[in-house]
Amino acid sequence: MNSAVRSRTTLRSRSVQTAVAAVAVGALAAGCSSAGGEVDGGDDDGQVTIEFMQWWEPELPDGALAGLIEQFEEENPDINVELLSGPFASIKDQVIAGSASGTMPDVLGLAGSWVHDFATQGSIANLTDVMTEYGYDDSQLGAQVRVDGSAYSIPVVNFAYPMFINNELMEEAGAEVPTTRSEFVQVAQQVTDATDASGFVAALGLEQPNGIQIDIMPWNWASGGTMLTDDGGPAADNEDVHETVAFIKELWDAGVMAPGGLTMAEQDKVEEFTNGRVAMMVSSLAHINLIRENSPELDFSVVPMPVVDGYTGESGVRYAEWGIGMSANTEHPEESWKLIEFIMSEDANGELSGFANGFPGNANVTPDLTDADPVFQDAFEIWQAGYPASEFTGLPLADELMRIFDQELQHVLAEDKPIDEAMSAVQQEWSGTF
Amino acid sequence: MTSLRHSRGNAATAYAYLSPTLVLLAVLMALPIGMVIWYSLQNNVITNANPQLVGLQHYIDILADSQFHAALRNTTVFVLASVGAHLVLGLAFATLLNTPLLPNRIKTVFRTIFVLPWLLTVAIVAILWRLILNPSGVFNYVLTTVGVLDAPKEWLGDPALALFAVTLMNIWYGYPFFMVSLLAGLQGISADLYEAASVDGAGPIRRFASITVPQLRPIIISMTLLDLIWTSHQFALIWMSTGGGPLDRTELLSTYTYKLAFSQYMFSTASASAVFFLLISALLAYAYVRHQKARD
Repeated sequence: MNSAVRSRTTLRSRSVQTAVAAVAVGALAAGCSSAGGEVDGGDDDGQVTIEFMQWWEPELPDGALAGLIEQFEEENPDINVELLSGPFASIKDQVIAGSASGTMPDVLGLAGSWVHDFATQGSIANLTDVMTEYGYDDSQLGAQVRVDGSAYSIPVVNFAYPMFINNELMEEAGAEVPTTRSEFVQVAQQVTDATDASGFVAALGLEQPNGIQIDIMPWNWASGGTMLTDDGGPAADNEDVHETVAFIKELWDAGVMAPGGLTMAEQDKVEEFTNGRVAMMVSSLAHINLIRENSPELDFSVVPMPVVDGYTGESGVRYAEWGIGMSANTEHPEESWKLIEFIMSEDANGELSGFANGFPGNANVTPDLTDADPVFQDAFEIWQAGYPASEFTGLPLADELMRIFDQELQHVLAEDKPIDEAMSAVQQEWSGTF
Repeated sequence: MTSLRHSRGNAATAYAYLSPTLVLLAVLMALPIGMVIWYSLQNNVITNANPQLVGLQHYIDILADSQFHAALRNTTVFVLASVGAHLVLGLAFATLLNTPLLPNRIKTVFRTIFVLPWLLTVAIVAILWRLILNPSGVFNYVLTTVGVLDAPKEWLGDPALALFAVTLMNIWYGYPFFMVSLLAGLQGISADLYEAASVDGAGPIRRFASITVPQLRPIIISMTLLDLIWTSHQFALIWMSTGGGPLDRTELLSTYTYKLAFSQYMFSTASASAVFFLLISALLAYAYVRHQKARD
């Protein structure tokens, strides 16, 4: 082969190689972009697929949510629902990332503390407008989480947070169920002195600072207190909050609180109670199943939160909700709203709240308590006797507000920072955030 | 002329083959880094549709933030203590596994035990240590039983002990990588060197100082630089064990940056913190690359 022929052959070979490489790049680019092909969720057969992201499925009995979704799909044969499920913390991170990047799922589970931030970022839809557009009668909704007067989330299931009591430890200590704060201090001390357990537990870890709304503020709300002004502004330095923090400090200094609380998470707290290491805790009714499952022999009951001595008014009962909302950028608003409407319908909502051991978000549904856990029946009485209280719901940067409070509370407990000083610092930072 | 065309053809082919990697690098590395730097120069990115350019304001804010100072201080202590302990433990265990004094069967058992932490994911390590260090956990039980402690300690909950506790967790989690690398290095040292030194009258300490350490030095320097980078990036272990608390005692630069972004939604300030973090990592990476080049 002469050099000219070899050169041509080499050039042809190089051209082929370059073409192969170009195809590889093309394939790579196609691979990178293939995920975008189904972004609109429109299928070839005219069906629409919508995504529903929530943390509910892992907390419900197996197949409960999937069964409801199947029913929805049967009633709406042109809509497919893709369930995206995960633990609460994981869903929260994914929803925040989705909000930041504008890739939220069509329909999503919402905690009350997220709503303000997503609404102001414009990533979740204004449901007041949506309900008006589709002619929905919202009088059947028990509540709506509003920002600037418009609803952005609808509570699907509500969970009350009463005081859980370990009856065996109480009996061993010869203590009666406390109804006031001073009785509570006394009982907690009795249990701590007479048993190997602690009187009370609060999970104040900073990873999830929701211990502030679960373990601390309910004391305030139970006695009719508030942490807000009449017009919804911050009032962390008011007398109610001050007294509540002083009460927690008294428990801390008396050594009746379970050790490790400053880095404890909610699940650790429930575990302490489940294992009989703590006599009293504030917790969600959603944990009844978990406690029964992990410690079937544990004898426990739920009682109303003790109140300030001499208080006779109505008690605020802390609650959390599984809220539902939809993406502001969904390409299928009608189908997304149909799913929300279905979940809030009397039948589906009653069924879902029954599975979850919670109270229904649809005001027309009365929970069926005939076969319910006796503890749940007691809780329903507590819920009916008080009023729902969850002041962090709908506030801006609610998690951050709790974290600020938590950090200052930790200074009070661990470093004896004066309460006045700590609450002034909280008020100052909250004012900036509001 | 033909040679020039060949040369261009060669270059085109080479770049064509490289292009998938170059595209990936651009999309997965250059673009995100560029975006973070660009974000750090603007105000209220992501949460605001029309962010404004604020220059270096976020960097100035961060450098004046006492929380950032605490995070930087804690990160320095955490990283130096972890890397130092990784080196000492890794070398000690590697030496033990390399010794001819132990039978192979015993060494296999030790090797399995020593490498165990490396096989666990960080989430498992965090949960495991939370249970071990729980006030009612094994650690307190052992220390109170043998009389080292009078009463159980709140290892993760006590502001005075928390940084020590998370550093201990990280040391346990990270030493096997040092151990395995140093063991490979030890096995590459010629036995002749030790024999010759013994003949010259060198004792075990002298042999270790004059043969083992100099022979392992390139590996030790490389591993130390890599571990400085990796440990300074540690986030999951801290987040899942203490969340940066109690107070700010275990707040590291990684948790500080995360909170700015995902708790306060201050993505621009978080980006500035991340860029600061990137600069530190880049300096360490530069030192590592220079060292590798010098070795070559």
